[in-house]
Amino acid sequence: MIDHILSILIFFPVVAALFGVMVQKESIRAYGIAVSAIEFALALWLWFAFDGQSSGMQFMESIPLIPSFGINYTLGVDGISIFIIILSTFVTLIGIASLGEIKDLKNMIITLLVLQMTMSGVFAALDAIVFYVFWELSLVPMLYIIGAWGGPLRVYASIKFFLYTFTGSLVMLVGMLFMAYFYNQATGEWSFAILDWYRLILPENLQLWLFAAFFLGFAIKVPMFPFHTWLPYAHGQAPTIGSVILAAILLKMGTYAFIRFSLPLFPDASVFFMYPIAVLAIIMVIYTAMVAYGQKDIKQVIAYSSVSHMGIIIIGTFALNVEGVSGSIFLMLGHGVVAGALFLLVGVIYDRRHTKIMSEFGGLAHSMPRYATLFGVMMMASVGMPLTINFVGEFLSLLGFFKQSQILALLAGVGIIVGAIYMLTAYKKLFFGEITNEENRNLPDVNKRELVALIPLTFLAIWLGIYPKPVLDPINTSVESIVQLMHDKAQTQEAKRRIPAPLSELTIPKSSIEEAH
Amino acid sequence: MLEPVNVSLESLNLMTLAPMLIPVVGALLILVIDTIKGGLDKSLYVVLSMLFILMDLASLSNASDLFSVAGTMMGAFDVMLIDGLAILAQFIIVGASLLFIPLSLTNKRFHEASHPEFFALFLFMMSGFQFMVATDNLILVFVGLETGSLALYTLIALHNRDNSFEAAVKYFTMGALAAGFFSFGAMVFYALTGSVEINQIATVLAANNYADMGYVLVGTVFLLASLGFKVSLVPFHTWTPDVYEGASAPMAGYMSIVPKIAGFIVTMRLFEFLIHSHVVWLEVILYAVVVITMTAGNVWALVQTDVKRMLAYSSISHAGFVMAAVMIGTTQANTALFLYWILFTFTNLGSFSMLWMSRQKNLPDGQASDHSYDKFAGLIKTSPFVAVLMSLFMLSLAGVPPFALFWGKLYMIGSAVSAGYTVLALIMALNSAIAGYYYLKLIVYMLMKEPAAVNENGEIYTANATLTIKTITGIAVVGTIFAFVAIDPLLEFITAFVYNSGY
Repeated sequence: MIDHILSILIFFPVVAALFGVMVQKESIRAYGIAVSAIEFALALWLWFAFDGQSSGMQFMESIPLIPSFGINYTLGVDGISIFIIILSTFVTLIGIASLGEIKDLKNMIITLLVLQMTMSGVFAALDAIVFYVFWELSLVPMLYIIGAWGGPLRVYASIKFFLYTFTGSLVMLVGMLFMAYFYNQATGEWSFAILDWYRLILPENLQLWLFAAFFLGFAIKVPMFPFHTWLPYAHGQAPTIGSVILAAILLKMGTYAFIRFSLPLFPDASVFFMYPIAVLAIIMVIYTAMVAYGQKDIKQVIAYSSVSHMGIIIIGTFALNVEGVSGSIFLMLGHGVVAGALFLLVGVIYDRRHTKIMSEFGGLAHSMPRYATLFGVMMMASVGMPLTINFVGEFLSLLGFFKQSQILALLAGVGIIVGAIYMLTAYKKLFFGEITNEENRNLPDVNKRELVALIPLTFLAIWLGIYPKPVLDPINTSVESIVQLMHDKAQTQEAKRRIPAPLSELTIPKSSIEEAH
Repeated sequence: MLEPVNVSLESLNLMTLAPMLIPVVGALLILVIDTIKGGLDKSLYVVLSMLFILMDLASLSNASDLFSVAGTMMGAFDVMLIDGLAILAQFIIVGASLLFIPLSLTNKRFHEASHPEFFALFLFMMSGFQFMVATDNLILVFVGLETGSLALYTLIALHNRDNSFEAAVKYFTMGALAAGFFSFGAMVFYALTGSVEINQIATVLAANNYADMGYVLVGTVFLLASLGFKVSLVPFHTWTPDVYEGASAPMAGYMSIVPKIAGFIVTMRLFEFLIHSHVVWLEVILYAVVVITMTAGNVWALVQTDVKRMLAYSSISHAGFVMAAVMIGTTQANTALFLYWILFTFTNLGSFSMLWMSRQKNLPDGQASDHSYDKFAGLIKTSPFVAVLMSLFMLSLAGVPPFALFWGKLYMIGSAVSAGYTVLALIMALNSAIAGYYYLKLIVYMLMKEPAAVNENGEIYTANATLTIKTITGIAVVGTIFAFVAIDPLLEFITAFVYNSGY
């Protein structure tokens, strides 16, 4: 069974969703929690069976799908993808457990289970077309979640979300087809397998074009400045659960894809575009942080802060060295936990007051002390306090980029300070001072159901902040091999210099050991 | 004294005519039965037609076996040309007919199905389009085209609504113009080369190195215009939305598939040598038509308020998309054309049969057209299953993976990429994105709006459904979802046929 664990992880939720149609309405919540708990347990089993020392793909499966066109159903995980899969199952579990009383709960839970399938699929796919299938399919449940349970502008927001991403991905699809075509030209065989593509060394000018095609698809998903305008709408209109999953997992698809596709496939282009992308990312960090400061709606603050953090992830990725890339992957996980928790926390007061405007609140610390504490911890994690989860990722990402350019890393650091300003201000507006609005005086504090969702996230945010090693080590191992691959594939002198080889020092002693034996 | 004509029967190879003659026999039989005893139920005629279509299919698979052994066959004074394209196209024509004819077994009574002539005409039409694809003689193409089209005009008018008559007359007028264009174009080529056979024309033109370029251009433009009417290329598309709206839903669905594949085959045969002549102008004309058709069709579809009109414009755009394959002209592209059209058959069959299920006998108050978007508002609340199926078909049409049409688009764009048409590939991709919007619009209506008061109980959405229609829809659903299993064998089959016919 462990050999097919990835297929099970992908298709168990969707089979369960189909059966879920038969479950009676009142019992559907328990069913949803049970299914997502099993899914999470399966993901933990995957982690348990995973060999953290090995840098290659594990639990590979391959079934020919359209062999004459080189499309195979190929799956596998390495240190880069495994933790995002685990996080996605965890967030789905937490999300379903925390669902409040909403209309059409049954449809919501079925949709979430289908969404879980697409998320596992994207991160486990090792074939570009299979990746693309799940990548596109993930849009449909999210479209429905935003469009059916969202705020007043939900239809506009959901269509904008869908069309933006759809357009970007179609350009990416053309890029993938070109990649397969070049592979065909080089070897005479069609292949969409990512691991096959890794072996292909393309001339630099082709790399630049293909990088641009892939970039459009990924950048819209991340979303990078200036393609980010769909995100605040989507977050603003989405129900709490939609925002949680969108921020925690769906956005990570873009940054993950950069590491899985863009860096190893196009090392020279990555170096060529490093500065432009870093500048975009820094604009994204600082600009959206400033925009976040100007928001009146607490959910929009967190939405923009999400974009801002994604900027740091991009900077880490395009540091193109082990520290930066590992840091950015760790920050993806950290941001998943923290942003997910923050959106859940906003959902808590929204359920009570049905407003998210900050001026309606104030002095909540008096009436909701437990809530204020949890919010405080998560806010600290969000601004990257040492000993919280985001600190590790942000520090490593910036450290990585510092090796490429001190000035830009410094600017990105400034962005983090701005981040602290708006988060603290928002916290002040919500929790400190006297209670000005009488409605807030008797608000009930966080209830049991909400605690069940929030406590594990808080625990995770602190535990991985203090002791990131069990997660960071496997990530590091896989990233080292990716960076090594990039170094080996790089053709220009500039690229060789910019991408330091992490393993080259190790290879020489290894061979000498062999000789000694 | 005249010499007696001495032709051996074997050299006529009359078996090449079998697939076209079977429906003709069927149609005549239906007419005979009606003359002997009138007033029989429509189900008899539906089943009879299906039997004849099945026989047609059997003779086709016989022909395809022969083709894979013996290669291209000529017959009937070398007028018939049974190559891989002819066989594949006939499979699509016959297969689509087999799936569409049972849709006449509706719950409500509609005018056309109560006339046995409907089924006779239907079979005549099939045979016409089968003739059209199985020849490279421009005259037989013309005869097939007109047989099919004239029967089709009548079938539309039989729906017996005011807008059906309008549709039929409009289609007839446009069709007559197209016929004129076709004969003029064929005449120009005959004047140039002294032959009406496409391969002869190609040989002669190549021999004198396209000396009379001006005349070739005139002939090409006229032929392209006439075929453009049939496959609804912009700017010859103006009849499409009105005719689709006036025709019954299954008829509209049928029209979006069968006459078009026949048109594509003739265009493919014609442009096979024209494109490879490396005359820049011919390629430019086709390039422009392709890009304009897919883009303009999409843009018009954006602003429609009726689902059927939207599907009409979207089918224009799909036709443009597929015409790109004719322009690219590689084996991979031609294979993609067939793959795309087979997958499109399933998806389109599904969406039109869903519309047909929800068809009311009379238009209720406050509803502008038979299938306005408003009618489908909040469908997920009143009948969730119908809403999910309809969304499935819309997603497939939009090219969302892993549903059927995605694989068609993938292979089609892939063939553009392989042939070096980068810009075209990008235009195709972006057009798919534009198309996403209007398919999404229906999904938005179904999933995100509140139900209209009239449709509170949701039964109107399946009021017209019978077990037969549900079965056909079920086939379409399976074909749409599980297409990925069938792609590989299909590709292998199609590639072998296309390649062995030299395209």
